[in-house]
Amino acid sequence: MSREHILHTVRTALGRSAGQAIAQPPPVRLRLPEVDLESRVTSMLSRVEALAGKTHRAATAEDARGYVSTVLAGRSAVASNAPFLRECGILSLPGVQSGFTDAAELRALCATVHVGITSADYALADTGTLVMLASPAEARLISLLPPVHVALVPAGRILSGLDELFTILPHPAAQTSSMVLITGPSRTADIEQILVRGVHGPGEIYVVVVG
Amino acid sequence: MSAAFDEKVHNTLADANLQLAIYRATARLIDHRKHAVTADALPDYQELRTEANAIKRHTIDHLDHYLEQFEANVTAHGGKVVWCQDATEVADFVLGLAKERHARLIVKSKSMTTEEIDLNERLEHHHLESVETDLGEYILQLAHQRPYHIVAPALHLTRYDVGDLFARTLGVANETAVEKQTLIARSVLREKFLAADIGISGANFLVADSGAVLLVENEGNARLTTSAPRIHIAVAGIEKLIPRAQDLAVFLKLLGRSATGQALTVYTSFLSGPRRTGEIDGPEEFYVVLLDNGRTKLLADSAKRESLYCIRCGACLNHCPVYRKIGGHSFPWVYSGPIGAIITPQFLGVKHEPALPFASSLCGACAEVCPVKIDIPKILLDLRAEVKQDERRDGRGRMERLVFKLWAWVMCHPRIYEMAAMVAAGVAPAENGAWLRKAPALMDVAPVRAWLSQRDLPPAPPKSFRELWRKR
Repeated sequence: MSREHILHTVRTALGRSAGQAIAQPPPVRLRLPEVDLESRVTSMLSRVEALAGKTHRAATAEDARGYVSTVLAGRSAVASNAPFLRECGILSLPGVQSGFTDAAELRALCATVHVGITSADYALADTGTLVMLASPAEARLISLLPPVHVALVPAGRILSGLDELFTILPHPAAQTSSMVLITGPSRTADIEQILVRGVHGPGEIYVVVVG
Repeated sequence: MSAAFDEKVHNTLADANLQLAIYRATARLIDHRKHAVTADALPDYQELRTEANAIKRHTIDHLDHYLEQFEANVTAHGGKVVWCQDATEVADFVLGLAKERHARLIVKSKSMTTEEIDLNERLEHHHLESVETDLGEYILQLAHQRPYHIVAPALHLTRYDVGDLFARTLGVANETAVEKQTLIARSVLREKFLAADIGISGANFLVADSGAVLLVENEGNARLTTSAPRIHIAVAGIEKLIPRAQDLAVFLKLLGRSATGQALTVYTSFLSGPRRTGEIDGPEEFYVVLLDNGRTKLLADSAKRESLYCIRCGACLNHCPVYRKIGGHSFPWVYSGPIGAIITPQFLGVKHEPALPFASSLCGACAEVCPVKIDIPKILLDLRAEVKQDERRDGRGRMERLVFKLWAWVMCHPRIYEMAAMVAAGVAPAENGAWLRKAPALMDVAPVRAWLSQRDLPPAPPKSFRELWRKR
């Protein structure tokens, strides 16, 4: 059987025996800089802008709702089941459908609407990244199939960067089958290194920081 | 040097457009990386490299442990690990699963490992459609070519090539605007994503403590490949393991920056098992193929084992003066550039292309930019020694050995060296540099002719260094 054969060959190559204890791995290297909330928000917004994403800082839920309404401009949209979107009043905007639990139904809709609206579990200030964990509240395809992605993130959810994310979430697999980090709109430079946005994922991304 | 290698090198050198394309693309990638790893952009860059090297060294030295831990965690999350020794076993597994699940269409995201085992060709041979979805890889699949570069697979093609190719193979109008070409590919491939039964991805990392596959990409095709079809298969070499999810904080900071100068690529997917109860979408079945295909051979050689630390960022290709002249397709296997020059002979044997370890100036640029600090020049030297030992076993290279023995002997005897130098200086004209080339007797000897085709001895100086030294 290939499993036994490969493991046996690996052990022989390394001079190890089955079940032999291992040396201590190098200590985990995570550095947490002190960054206050305002600096995180500023950095998040400027990083997203630098990647050709659009941003808005909403003081209140109502403000956020108004901005999303302008972005939608009457276009059709699917919103995730994140409670934060309901709190912001997104679900009652015209043209927005939500509450899907059936994969096939959601997928068919995501393939036809213009805009996908989600929250984000976290954001990373130093790279302008959204962190999305698949759950009953967040499907995978809403941030992927529609040509426009709008994400609403509470300001308090913005972390300094990767090191803080992996400090808070040392074992992402304990919570979800899929954690995706989104840093700007989908892009390619495969032909003559010419940058084109929106090749398979959304070509436009809007990040709304609330609070 | 094999005739095929020689011919490809010469054809590449003679193609001015291709030379320009390679030069431009690699120059841009060099520039992007340079700005991403400055002291301002990433103050602890060198520390991170040292750390990445230490983690990889530890993992590879205890690989059996981490493979078993990885398997246990994949299983715990409802996925399945499939161990494969070679290309045939991978193809058999995919074909068997496709048959059982009545699958007809496969979408693929970019993976050098599947290129290595010609997976698409093997599947198509059994009438299973397998479509590449990364834009560059899709173009190459239509053109029936292999990747020119690890991260920029189609860097040798122009937009005019792509326009012709799409018109010919897809029956669309010949578009030369890259935006329009991208839209054409998007709409063709979107249909494939929504119809596919199986998605096959590679893996940038396998995370042992999570049983997770980590994928980085910019287009979103890897996300679609791993989210839309009901079955996800990740094909990965056994060396892709890292111990902990937290180690990604080190590797992710290095990979995007070294490859394209991005702090993070657009999408980074951390995938552990099929869709869980309550989750709305995602695959129902999740498989990770752990492939050996010669990797255990590299593992057995402790001096060159570090070749397996590679995270396939492509920085060594961009910075290599040889790659930048001879391009990706001159290399005899799917892996090109300095990393290709060290792993190809180890996977396929030094006989496969004995000239490969010599196709380097040993300038050291590759080692300097390698994010996991692989000492590529040292491994190239080891491989050169192996090539020579191999020749010796086959009873070849007697003349070369004799010449070098003689040379070593002369170098060890200063008086004789000086006498030889005086004789040579007496024969050599003081003015013209290209003097050996004018000796017909020498030009009749094939190896000497090859050597002199590119270089000659400089004219003799009026006084040798030794004379000057004595009279100082």
